[in-house]
Amino acid sequence: MGEPRGRLGRIAKGFAMFWWDFLVGDTPEITVAVIVILGVVALVSVVAHANVVAYVSLPVLLVLALAASVDRARRRASGD
Amino acid sequence: MIGAVSGSTSTVVLVGAVFLASTVEMVEALTIVLAVGHTRGWRSALEGAGAALIALAGLVAIFGPALVHVPLGTLRLVVGGVLLIFGLQWLRKAILRSSGYKAKHDEDEIYRQTVAALKADGATPGRDRVAFVVAFKGVFLEGLEIVITVLTLGASAHRLALAVQVAAAAVVIVAVVGAIVARQLSNVPENAMKMAVGIMLVSYGTFWTGEGLHVRWPGGDTMLIVLVAYFAICAAVMIRVVAATRPLAASGVAKGFSDG
Repeated sequence: MGEPRGRLGRIAKGFAMFWWDFLVGDTPEITVAVIVILGVVALVSVVAHANVVAYVSLPVLLVLALAASVDRARRRASGD
Repeated sequence: MIGAVSGSTSTVVLVGAVFLASTVEMVEALTIVLAVGHTRGWRSALEGAGAALIALAGLVAIFGPALVHVPLGTLRLVVGGVLLIFGLQWLRKAILRSSGYKAKHDEDEIYRQTVAALKADGATPGRDRVAFVVAFKGVFLEGLEIVITVLTLGASAHRLALAVQVAAAAVVIVAVVGAIVARQLSNVPENAMKMAVGIMLVSYGTFWTGEGLHVRWPGGDTMLIVLVAYFAICAAVMIRVVAATRPLAASGVAKGFSDG
């Protein structure tokens, strides 16, 4: 009885670890940035109904987040 | 007329993203299978790879039809968010590799390391469990990324069958070419392909999360092409800027190899 439960636990843990590595991994700043950006754009689009601001800000904010993550990696590699 | 152009635009981006992503992951999986086959024999290597392909096909068969029943707005928001995270990670890695801050993915080195590890483990008579497990794991883990790309892009675009066919074509083409050229997989321009996939995933992710958040894109689906061009230009600028800051001593990074 204990063995199947242990095996199920290992499978569940492996499944959770896969998604954690897949969505967070060594770049948690990207995951956090995407969630925050989508929250901001939701407020702009759904609450404020500012469509132009929403469709301009979404790609711009994403590139800023990417640039910040690349810069973080660059600083780490350079030892800054 | 505009609707037809919009539809074909999103189809072209969908086909391109699925094909390139599947090709890149399949090259990585094939490297491992070739290493296992050459070192421990082909029977267990092919059995492991075959079992992994069956498991992956099962995942598509189970989750594919289920995803189609999720409301489109919710599906595009969630899937778009996943694609944004996934795509930005790929793009970040490709930018760092192109600018010399991260070692390029080296299939030859991965092949050598896998062969060395398998040789050290010692051969076993009859069915080779180690060879089966290594081949299964390699194909399953790399294939899982193909499955996620196919399911998310295919289901959200309501073109799951097309996405599955494109991915299957990429897998077969890489397998056939790989079998012919054997160990010359390092000639595949993997970083450029990863850059293209990253750009397409982020473009699709941006478009769909926008739709999920009730953003009305000017030009409809045609906006996808504008987003692809925008992210490609931004990535090119980032590579130039980051490469310019690289100290000379860091150039040695290309000698190593890195995962993913």
